[in-house]
Amino acid sequence: MTSLRRFFPDNFFKHIALPDGHPLSRLPRLGVRLSFYLTLLAASAFYLIPIYILVMTGLKPYAEANLAQMWQLPSTPSLESFRQAYVTLATYFKNSIALVIPATLLSAFLGSINGYVLSKWRFRGSEILFTLLLFGMFIPYQSILIPLVQTLQRVNQAAQALGVPESLNWLVPGYGSIAGLAFVHIIYGIPITTLIFRNYYATIPDELVEAAKIDGASLFGIYRWILLPISMPAFAVVLIWQFTSIWNEFLFAVTLTQNPVIRPITVALYNLAGSYIVEWNVQMAGAFMAALPTLLVYLFLGRFFMRGLLAGSLKG
Amino acid sequence: MRLNWDRIFSILLIVPSVIAIAIFVYGFIGWTGWVSLSNWDGLRPDLSWAGVVNYIKLFSNARFQIDIRNTIVFTLFFLGASMGLGLGLAILLDQGIRGENIFRSLFLFPMSISFIVTGVAWRWLLAPGDPATGRITGINVLLEKLNLPTSRWYTDPTVLYIRPESGLGQTLDLIGLDFLTNPNFGLPLAMFSIVLAATWQMSGFVMAMYLAGLRGISEELREAARIDGASEWNIYRHIILPLLKPITLSVVIVLGHISLKIFDLVAAMSKKGPGFATDVPAYFMFETTFQGDHYSQGASIAIFMLISVSLLIVPYLVYSTRTETKV
Repeated sequence: MTSLRRFFPDNFFKHIALPDGHPLSRLPRLGVRLSFYLTLLAASAFYLIPIYILVMTGLKPYAEANLAQMWQLPSTPSLESFRQAYVTLATYFKNSIALVIPATLLSAFLGSINGYVLSKWRFRGSEILFTLLLFGMFIPYQSILIPLVQTLQRVNQAAQALGVPESLNWLVPGYGSIAGLAFVHIIYGIPITTLIFRNYYATIPDELVEAAKIDGASLFGIYRWILLPISMPAFAVVLIWQFTSIWNEFLFAVTLTQNPVIRPITVALYNLAGSYIVEWNVQMAGAFMAALPTLLVYLFLGRFFMRGLLAGSLKG
Repeated sequence: MRLNWDRIFSILLIVPSVIAIAIFVYGFIGWTGWVSLSNWDGLRPDLSWAGVVNYIKLFSNARFQIDIRNTIVFTLFFLGASMGLGLGLAILLDQGIRGENIFRSLFLFPMSISFIVTGVAWRWLLAPGDPATGRITGINVLLEKLNLPTSRWYTDPTVLYIRPESGLGQTLDLIGLDFLTNPNFGLPLAMFSIVLAATWQMSGFVMAMYLAGLRGISEELREAARIDGASEWNIYRHIILPLLKPITLSVVIVLGHISLKIFDLVAAMSKKGPGFATDVPAYFMFETTFQGDHYSQGASIAIFMLISVSLLIVPYLVYSTRTETKV
């Protein structure tokens, strides 16, 4: 077994499911079992309450949406506040999409390449290098934020000095642009994506690669014809993981996007929820909207989300 | 000949990532360290040498001292609550529960949501109402209906601490521990609202980790213990829990480094709170640097955060690399 997987039991990368032949009743007594179910139902209520409140309040008209009547059902459910929230947040929602898609794809690509080299083309010191890379995913980003802002601002200055036309400014990975924010997410995504791919490729027998080498396959040939075709599970995990983390990210988003027009959804929601002008039902509908893409990913691709979580459980 | 070229190309392939991390992680940390030792105060960069004066100012800053207390309180209670709840739910789900899939998904879905959404939702849920009008709101409405005491949640400025005039306080004074009779060694009640929201978000992750661990323990082992006459309780106490230790280590590392860096949740829920009751270093750093423009002071908070996280992470990384090379 390789790397940090040592800390996890063998079935970690598999879907956590009830194994065959699992005894369905360890505790025979009805009373005990009933109390188990009641506890689990109570826990379910705890996890559902915030979502219930977001949706219910979102369905209420303004007159009924106040804190004192929080628990009452809407008298006439309407989607009006969801529509209003969409009107308010649509720009930022699109910003997040424009940020998340390229950043996710590029960081998965980088991670796959790095993981391939660090698992199948190891060299003297590659383990230490890998550990040094990993450290990058634990650091508090506050400790790199000041130089990051300065550097991105210099990128803007350089672009200006080079005479990049204004129509192409959105492509410059500088301060206050979606491209800049995507660039930052790709850089700081390197450790986690490399970790997931490296651990995945480590499960593929070295003999397969050695045999291909003897048959004359090149570095790129081995990747293209042997590893890439069976990489889809790892790609799924990494894509979902990066999609979720970048969509939900706040610190980079709030410090690197002073220009309101390019703010991602988390920053927009943060500002919306801090305002006293926007109606409460609209804020709740907005919060639900901001959560919806990752919730849907979780609902439909939860299996991969789960794996990403456990494989990359070293990241917060 | 061919393989040699491949070897060179293979190293060239990771060079861009290695350079990126060298600059953007290690270079920038060094840069931040330098800023923290400079005179840069204001919008204009000033990297002239100031020495450790920013750190001295930081540690004598009353707000920062409160932040350290808050971080310790948050870390202890957040880890305790998430791990207790997560382990408990995992053990329950491991009893052959019908509808296990549904329960598992329910407990885990908050993990997929942004801390900002979590913060916004819990801020409204825990909104205590208006003491001036006596109107109560949110969770407090439910609590009152159930005849339970209501709380001021994250708006509560109360800090529980040992009063110097109390019996215990006087005893501590006698044995020279009177420094403990200070709010800086107390429990800020508002912080528990943040603990509640963070536990809501992260306990499902702990549940998943422990459940994976429990599923990794062979049924034969339990069966053997049962044949030897061990009760279910004793099987958990003496066989299963010890086997889950590696998982516990991973959970502590993951939750611990999140809690030392916590920012979004606090920013969305209560910001610094009454009397800094929910302030944390990350939020202090954000305000100091990006709203106050005190760059060198902000950098010193950032370096403090980095060191505190490193104390947790570096031994773990070194240990895991070592054990790996032995295999």
